[in-house]
Amino acid sequence: MTRWVMVADLRRCVGCQTCTAACRHANATPPGVQWRRVLDIEQGEYPEVTRAFVPVGCQHCDDPPCMEVCPTTATKKRADGIVTIDYDICIGCAYCAVACPYQARFKTLRPGFAYGAEMENEAKRRDDSRLGVATKCTFCVDRVDAGLAQGKTPGVDPDATPACVNSCIAQALSFGDLDDPQSSVSQLLAHNASFRMHEELGTGPGFYYLWDRKAEAAE
Amino acid sequence: MTGPAKGYESYGPNPWQQTSWDARAAGNFIGGGMGASLIVFAALSGATGPALSWLLLAGLGLVGLGLLCVALELGRPLRAIRVLRNPRTSWMAREAWTAMLLFPIGLVAAAGAAGFAWIAAAVALVFVYCQARLLQAAKGIPAWREPLLRPLLVTTGLAEGGGVFLLTAPLHGAATGATVIVFGVLVVARLLIWVAYRRRLAGAVAPGAQTALDAAGRVLMLAGTLLPLVLAAVAAFAGAFALPIAALAGLLAALAGAWVKLVIVTRAGFNQGFALAHLPVRGARP
Repeated sequence: MTRWVMVADLRRCVGCQTCTAACRHANATPPGVQWRRVLDIEQGEYPEVTRAFVPVGCQHCDDPPCMEVCPTTATKKRADGIVTIDYDICIGCAYCAVACPYQARFKTLRPGFAYGAEMENEAKRRDDSRLGVATKCTFCVDRVDAGLAQGKTPGVDPDATPACVNSCIAQALSFGDLDDPQSSVSQLLAHNASFRMHEELGTGPGFYYLWDRKAEAAE
Repeated sequence: MTGPAKGYESYGPNPWQQTSWDARAAGNFIGGGMGASLIVFAALSGATGPALSWLLLAGLGLVGLGLLCVALELGRPLRAIRVLRNPRTSWMAREAWTAMLLFPIGLVAAAGAAGFAWIAAAVALVFVYCQARLLQAAKGIPAWREPLLRPLLVTTGLAEGGGVFLLTAPLHGAATGATVIVFGVLVVARLLIWVAYRRRLAGAVAPGAQTALDAAGRVLMLAGTLLPLVLAAVAAFAGAFALPIAALAGLLAALAGAWVKLVIVTRAGFNQGFALAHLPVRGARP
């Protein structure tokens, strides 16, 4: 079996938002829609203040609440763990958006352009099938599938890897198969302490955050 | 576009009011709960003939109005029929299927078919229950996912339906002492469940949601419970003025319930933002 997951090393992320820009470029999302975004979190009070940059987006959960509530079956989970939306089936009820604990879903009713009027590049990539329906991070499923079809390994070969991971300047983001013990994500999780966001809700997120070396975290 | 509300444009980490569902979605819960429960009260009252027909039609009309509200919220309203595709797991699909049953059964009952009013009432109860489960299944909103929201939505729906039944009593004349007592019990039960619901949410929802719920709670307590109960008691001794006074009690209870639903959906619908279980350990250790 294969379970595609993403790992974000919070010690490495510098909050540059390159992943956000790469995602928007790869997926042609309109202004205001960020399938991959990076939170800037400050915690504590002076002088004991810690700052963390936290990439967030669809967590491609094991038990996605968005899929359970979807009245149309537009939201589905593939056998490899990637949660998808069929834009041709979705009715845009936004039930999934309020069911998602990660605020990962967007619904855009009208076309949006960076500078008001539609530019040539925006016209070329305009996709009206995404209007009035739910959209979200797909783990760049098209790249993953195309790469696999060419015998490439997602998470290793850039052509088969999500755009945000490829673009990360600090190698804070990693992508790979959790069921493969030799994959980069499995190795990272084996040697580092990690957590998942809002794990108490039982959604089983496919997005792990590294925060310390495993041996030292256990001390 | 779905995104943070004004003043919460940072997309976190702090919770912000959801903007995916607005008053139109609340309208579905208000119209649906009120209308379906009016059908329940119509059957309970033992009304017959034109009075029963009009009550059933009014109930169906309110349910239809609620469904129209939610249809206006859809991004792709022409595909609305697809809402029926996933009754296996989705309470929204189950609600839609129940509505599909409720309308023909309700119309047959309104046409005078014997026994169908009770069948319509049973389906209407299922409809109210589906609505309660629908909202509570939204895991992303702490004030909605609280399990006590289910009995709260069911009891407030029934109390609102009872309220509309009393409000229209001068027209249909089917209100009896028993229906007023059932109404009073529902109003009290609603308040008790509300208090328990609020206690469970203490500290579990964003401060903005707490403030909105507290304000709604005061409306529910005064306008939705105390005043209607006092008015219902006065109506019992008011002779010729009994019906108008009972109607006022019903109006207040119905409006307060509708207001509470509107607040829960549009003002207390804060998500939980983002939280880090651990902060990253960088550089030298302390």
